[in-house]
Amino acid sequence: MTETLRLALELAAKDLRVELRSRTALVSAVVFAALVLVIFNFARDPASVSARTLAPSVLWVTFTFAAMLTFNRAFALEKENQAIDGLLLSPMPRGALFLGKYFANLGFVATVQAVTLPLFVLFFNVGLGRALPGILLVIVLATAGFVAVGTVFSAMAVRTRFADLMLPILLLPFLVPPIIGAVQVTTRLLAGRPLSEQISWLRFLGVYDIVFLTLCAMLFPAIFDE
Amino acid sequence: MIPTPEVAAGTIRRGLAITVVALLGVLAVYLLAQGYTPIEARQGLAQKIFYVHAPSAWACLLAFSLTGVTGGLYLWLRDPRLDLFGESSAEVGLIFGVIVLTTGPIWGKPIWGTWWTWDARLTLTLFLFFLFVGYMALRSAIADPSERARFSAVVGIMGMILVPFVHLSVYFFRTLHPQPVLLKPSAPSMDPQMLRTLLVSIGVFTVLYFGFVTTRYGIALLREARGSADGD
Amino acid sequence: MTPPPDATDDVPHLQAEGVERRFGAARVLRGINLTARAGELHVIAGPNGAGKTTFLRILAGLSRPSAGRVRVFGHSLRDRPDLRRELGLLSHQSFLYDDLTPRENLVFAGRLYGLAAVEQAAEAALEAVGLSHRMHDPVRRLSRGMVQRVAIARALLHRPRIMLFDEPFTGLDAPSALRVLEVLRTQLAAGAALVLVTHNLAEVWSIATRISVLVRGTWAIDEERPADREAFMDRLHGALGD
Repeated sequence: MTETLRLALELAAKDLRVELRSRTALVSAVVFAALVLVIFNFARDPASVSARTLAPSVLWVTFTFAAMLTFNRAFALEKENQAIDGLLLSPMPRGALFLGKYFANLGFVATVQAVTLPLFVLFFNVGLGRALPGILLVIVLATAGFVAVGTVFSAMAVRTRFADLMLPILLLPFLVPPIIGAVQVTTRLLAGRPLSEQISWLRFLGVYDIVFLTLCAMLFPAIFDE
Repeated sequence: MIPTPEVAAGTIRRGLAITVVALLGVLAVYLLAQGYTPIEARQGLAQKIFYVHAPSAWACLLAFSLTGVTGGLYLWLRDPRLDLFGESSAEVGLIFGVIVLTTGPIWGKPIWGTWWTWDARLTLTLFLFFLFVGYMALRSAIADPSERARFSAVVGIMGMILVPFVHLSVYFFRTLHPQPVLLKPSAPSMDPQMLRTLLVSIGVFTVLYFGFVTTRYGIALLREARGSADGD
Repeated sequence: MTPPPDATDDVPHLQAEGVERRFGAARVLRGINLTARAGELHVIAGPNGAGKTTFLRILAGLSRPSAGRVRVFGHSLRDRPDLRRELGLLSHQSFLYDDLTPRENLVFAGRLYGLAAVEQAAEAALEAVGLSHRMHDPVRRLSRGMVQRVAIARALLHRPRIMLFDEPFTGLDAPSALRVLEVLRTQLAAGAALVLVTHNLAEVWSIATRISVLVRGTWAIDEERPADREAFMDRLHGALGD
């Protein structure tokens, strides 16, 4: 178990090192998120729809779509020089491969979110204030599950010719439950409702995370089991 | 493990026979709907589409579940026939999904004035439709049969587990934002004749599903059997 | 960590029994066997599309056979995944990350194999292939010959006792090809069991122990390297001409 964890962290560290050298995926995702926020600001009639009403939806659509952009990176990286065979040949368990890529994806998504959230506050003039801890909690809960699903689907999508088209087709249905929950909670937190009132949605998100993380970890090895 | 063309052809014949029986059943349901069941007080004649709409949704869900289950069995047993069945079930499910998504609006427009309502059944079927499309898109993008089977199985199982979450979140979503529809699109209150006809229809559509799937499965087997004869 | 098994004469380093592989309805491999012991070089030749690479991937544990089994020191990799430590693969693909340096690539590979003193081992391996002076340059900036040397260093880093070679001579210039031959010789001398897939038998004729020719999924020829090369080549062309 600890061996799996150690190898997973090695793999994630390697991914991070590679990404920091080229920075392509990360920069693209951050710029994308910023642009989407800008577009949403203009894609409405300011007289009839206030920015505040739309804000939670905008935040979560931006988060999830920008995250989707980063997922294919994980396994596209391993295609160059067939590096994936180097990983599969080694004693590294398939579970460690999944965990490592999952950690790397979480890291990238968290980075994108860390940049997007302040921009969101800025552009939409939303005061987070006391809602911040709650917002952070719902971000964590809503993200953990769909990043696992994205990791599994991107591992398959990169084996097809149109990976960047295939991934959203497969993944988007899986984003709906977390988005529904996340937007509900975010709306209420921004309206000043206490976190304690959101327990049922938070529990829903938590169950989604546990179920899909487990399922993804179990199904992932089949992808590479030729 | 891949059977001979004769066995495949036999499967097709059996499937067609079941389909014919089921289609006779559909005719029976039509007659029942016309003559036996009363006209619903508030919705009028248009309500009768319900006898096709609801059982199709059921068949779509059944198709989807079987795709997921055979996918799981494939990962365990690695029998390529399980993958062929899953593929057949997905295609048939897609057809039933389209039926639901077209009868829904046809029913909805004259009664509620809108083409689309986000009611539980319609929304869920829409999701199943997208999951099916994703499943078929992935399959068409992979050449290696073993890889295609494994990947399809993963998508099928994940989709199957997603369904309850979608259902729950849409249900919560709707309870928090009740639709201003006084009539209940999902489950109209039913007279005994309506209920009986509905149950008959559900039974008929289940048989229809098996008829379609068996035929389609037989066709897939035949294709594999012919390919095997060339390959060896 | 489980100590590696002792290689006795009874237990071959690598053994394939009745290996079959189907792609859909087509049978690419139809029940083939192979036994590789210490100090032996098995050469697998055959026309393109015969299934050589498929077979090698099954031997490497990257693919699972539709039927039959592969044993590493008597065990299946499914039961003993730690035995992957004994396997090495050299292919025409380098398995390297272009954005990382040779040293970083090797350190990562060493950690994958759980090696102790990884940094020292990586630097020593790069020294052995004469690339110490470039070990801090990203692989992207190295010449093809240098990339090959790093790939060799990576493949040998964990001192595998079974080495598999997948068409390693493809697209190589003479010095690079000689380097591969050198690897083959030193590994043989060190007592490793080697399996090499090639469609150019001439390159390795002199050091081959056993030559097997795969045609449409079975061995058309499978024997120890005979003394008479000419006669064998005639038979080979005959077998391929079918």
